[in-house]
Amino acid sequence: MRPNSVAIVGASETTELGKVPTMSQVQLHADAALNAIADAGLELGDIDGIATGGHNPVEIAHYLGIVPEWLDGTSVGGCSFMLLVRHAAAAINEGLCTTVLITHGESGRSGLGRHGSSIFPSLFQQQFERPYGVTRPPTMFTIPVLRYMKQYGLTEETLAMVAVVQREWAGLNPRASFRDSITVDDVLGSRMICYPFRLLMCCLVTDGGGALVLTRSERARDMRRPPVYVRGTGESGETPLISQMDDFTSSAAFRVAGARAFASAGISHGDVDHLMIYDAFAHLPIYGLEDLGFVDRGEAGPFIAEGHTRPGGSLPLNTNGGGLSYMHSGMYGMYALQEGVRQMRGEAPAQVEDAEISVVHGVGGMFGASGTVVLTNVA
Amino acid sequence: MPQGERELPRPTPETSHFWEGTRRGELRLQRCEACGTVYFPPRHFCPKCGSTYVSVFRASGRATLHSYVISHLPAPGFEPPYAIAVALLEEGPKMMCNILECAQTPEALVLDMPLDVCFEKINDEITLPQFRPARES
Ligand SMILES: [Zn+2]
Repeated sequence: MRPNSVAIVGASETTELGKVPTMSQVQLHADAALNAIADAGLELGDIDGIATGGHNPVEIAHYLGIVPEWLDGTSVGGCSFMLLVRHAAAAINEGLCTTVLITHGESGRSGLGRHGSSIFPSLFQQQFERPYGVTRPPTMFTIPVLRYMKQYGLTEETLAMVAVVQREWAGLNPRASFRDSITVDDVLGSRMICYPFRLLMCCLVTDGGGALVLTRSERARDMRRPPVYVRGTGESGETPLISQMDDFTSSAAFRVAGARAFASAGISHGDVDHLMIYDAFAHLPIYGLEDLGFVDRGEAGPFIAEGHTRPGGSLPLNTNGGGLSYMHSGMYGMYALQEGVRQMRGEAPAQVEDAEISVVHGVGGMFGASGTVVLTNVA
Repeated sequence: MPQGERELPRPTPETSHFWEGTRRGELRLQRCEACGTVYFPPRHFCPKCGSTYVSVFRASGRATLHSYVISHLPAPGFEPPYAIAVALLEEGPKMMCNILECAQTPEALVLDMPLDVCFEKINDEITLPQFRPARES
């Protein structure tokens, strides 16, 4: 893609996050969509491209009363929205449509109007994993971690520090689900979910949604909000089976998506002011920091424990509190993007001063897929 | 514990040789005769080079404990806590399994410990490959 050719001109989450018993899943999509379109200073009739993950984009279009000229329903898990930003930028550049609405809505906690899985089932997983008692994500996503811990000497205490540091960020965010500070002892004393993972190392389960509006940058400059440019993007996928991940200490999908995003944006790690790494579980920021190349192999745990990613640190990471403390409806990628946009607009609750480049990195499935988006407020 | 029994594999044309093997007490893998790659899960071609010149062979059954979790969550057909593990086969591929004939504790489940394949007959059609700590030789 051409750097900065497309911009995010509207962005919003649902009016409420957490427990939203008044809205079914499709209404969560629509609530976020109407908020984002209003944020952009546009009207429903201006939207000619519709994209969503984990939900039929035709239903979103129909529910909003739009007959679009472009649709994308890429559903590869929680990072689908990073991939959709990439696909939307390509479609706008190609002239397939002018104004794309990307929506997310998920009644993850209340389960209202939720139908089936947000990701296609895997033939191999049915035969070669499910008979061994894998059920929800905590029983799968966590499986590689003991291998990482043995290989690099990562301790449970250091793993717990990921949750502790993110709670510090959540404490600065009035919309975060959990804001009270926690200690390593609190994390290691919380209920065992799936050894070595305890409750406070696992993401929340909430209701919510978010939406983005994208258009060409030339047009964006005359619009209501300051443009947030899409400077670079990458995407990849490795396997729908956690047991078949090639290297249990590193994600091939992370490495490919991240390298492509950095190269297409023409940036190096020192240029990054703000970073989001999708944290469904406490080990994900560790894998992400290493696979994106911010630190060497085995160094990410100590890097976090030493405070480099906490408020005031050199690399502000997951500044909304993350999936561990902010919110996690199931497909968290949209919320990571929303925080990247807030930081680039200079309006985040825990604003990183003078931030000009934000990297937002997502995971889909259990290390199955990945998408990375580089955002900037500098044309 | 939730109602119901554990989910059982539904064999497909590409995997039927594998499930036929487990019924007979054999762990079957595939080898590419063009490039030598040994692979799993089963399919009619080599995922490394695309060749359809592939053969089925009986694996040694020797493996090591590559990684695992001990789940405390309810699951149909399982009594928590139980380990969900990945065995690294001597021939190279990885395979999800449970660890039988072994305490389901971090103390008993030591990474890289040697494992042997064993077979858990569920019914006349399905026998699951499983692993247990290797016996002293
Ligand atoms: Zn081959």
